[in-house]
Amino acid sequence: MTRPMLSETVAVRRHEILHGEYRVLEMTAPGIGPHVTPGQFVHLLVPGLDDALLRRPFSIYRADHVSISILYKPVGKGTRAMVDIAPGQTISLIGPLGNGFPVNDAIKHPLLVAGGYGMAALYMVAAGMTETGTIFMGGRTAADILCVDDFRAIDWTVEITTEDGSLGRRGLVTAALDDYLSNWKSAPIPTATPEFFACGPNPMLRAVSDRARHDGYTAWLSMDRNMGCGVGACLVCVQKVRDPRGANGDWIWARVCTEGPVFECNQIVWDEHE
Amino acid sequence: MSKAPDLTTTIGTLTLRNPVMVASGTFGYGPEYADLVDLNALGAVVVKGIRMDAGTGNPTPRAVETASGLINAIGLPGPGVEEFIASYIPFLEDYTVPLVVNIWGTTVEEYGQVAARLSEIERVNALELNISCPNIKEGSAMFGTDPEMIREVVQVVRANTTLPIIPKLAPNIADVAHFARTCEAAGADAISLINSVPAMAIDIETRRPLIANVTGGLTGPAIHPIAVKQVWEAAAAVDIPVIGMGGICTAADALEFMIAGATAVAVGTANFTNPNTAIEVIGGISDYLARHGHQQASAIVGSVQI
Repeated sequence: MTRPMLSETVAVRRHEILHGEYRVLEMTAPGIGPHVTPGQFVHLLVPGLDDALLRRPFSIYRADHVSISILYKPVGKGTRAMVDIAPGQTISLIGPLGNGFPVNDAIKHPLLVAGGYGMAALYMVAAGMTETGTIFMGGRTAADILCVDDFRAIDWTVEITTEDGSLGRRGLVTAALDDYLSNWKSAPIPTATPEFFACGPNPMLRAVSDRARHDGYTAWLSMDRNMGCGVGACLVCVQKVRDPRGANGDWIWARVCTEGPVFECNQIVWDEHE
Repeated sequence: MSKAPDLTTTIGTLTLRNPVMVASGTFGYGPEYADLVDLNALGAVVVKGIRMDAGTGNPTPRAVETASGLINAIGLPGPGVEEFIASYIPFLEDYTVPLVVNIWGTTVEEYGQVAARLSEIERVNALELNISCPNIKEGSAMFGTDPEMIREVVQVVRANTTLPIIPKLAPNIADVAHFARTCEAAGADAISLINSVPAMAIDIETRRPLIANVTGGLTGPAIHPIAVKQVWEAAAAVDIPVIGMGGICTAADALEFMIAGATAVAVGTANFTNPNTAIEVIGGISDYLARHGHQQASAIVGSVQI
């Protein structure tokens, strides 16, 4: 568990449309900002959500010693209310929370796979790597493809897939990944092994997991569950994982907010999804 | 300048620095919130329900937000009493905050066994008896709606411990005064109420329940007025202290319980939104007492004018 977490009242610096319906919210957060590691999240108390009680979890898009940014799309009650947040307004954050992605020098061939806001959530992963690699981005349409320039600016290769073909190749992100892997297998670099880092909808995570397990690669998945407290107390956001102390087939619940949100794919027991 | 009001509160043989606890199931076992909240400033920490054996709880989804509330059916997962002692007591020994352990069982005897084992642990200061969780098919809820079963549970626990015991009552009982008197007569040192209110929410597009357990327990501000009424009736019926809980978000919510007759209160669901709710409530109670010229918290308990 990454500690400590802080409760911080932060001021909004910037709040604007990034692309399509996606918005970026940048906050002055000198307490939380310096401690963020890639893949962690913050729990945000949406102002003015009077009859909805819970905080909302957001992956962290960017963080530095004075600020953090998140990226969101207004889809539910909480995110729709966030549209009205104005620069200068103060917001209550708890963070940084959870265990993020392992980012270290030993990773020689990183492959990122992202859907929706996952593209933002994986930016800090790419920025933290010593090696550059490829990010596979998937979305329904061109408006769902985010942060392309961010990744290109740090010399990453961006492979875009859209379901309607409006940007990049048509189809699912996993088809692009499959082509890449079959090319890799025909001409692998002997000193490097692909390692996956994925953030997006659960079916996408599962598809990445299936490929990694089939080929014996490591895959780190950022799991998305509804959350209550965000700090490990309420046991709402639990995910079935293999019991490390049990027999083959035994499982236990892990708290996505505390043991996760990032899990290696061999830990995940998928029977609760789909 | 006048002295700050005295918030010291007594529950049986247990003395609290102030009357504001954090409610079972909303604060983990202590470490979860220790980075965010000064645990020693709380009246007491009531940890999540413990029984003899470890349990996994209910499938997911386990909770859904509703208007001013949260429906949950977590299903009392937990480490079991031995693992609880091994994993959490060493951490809690670094703190001085009174520790109340919420206990439950699937049989009357199990309540007694858990009580006996926890009574051997010096760090444990009181036991809250969960006889009212709506999300457990066997045990718990089935005890909570039958006064004869409640009497048996309280008597068995009483025979197994000298710690203060606090049965926690369900909201959905016909005659709260009768239940409260039953607890008192059976040897309870206090009673706490209310547990969550049985509830359900449905997705109108899929026409399926929004939580896997189909039904759950409603908590949060939506249940506060229900709880105030139940606390008022319970407090009028017994001489032992009543601990009021249900939807406290502010000091005003807590003061309502105290004026209705609660000696102490517990903050629950609001911990998820603002982990320092209880700390803010303590300050607000103190300010209220000072503003009304009271030296002690006990001065307002049961002061409702009917």
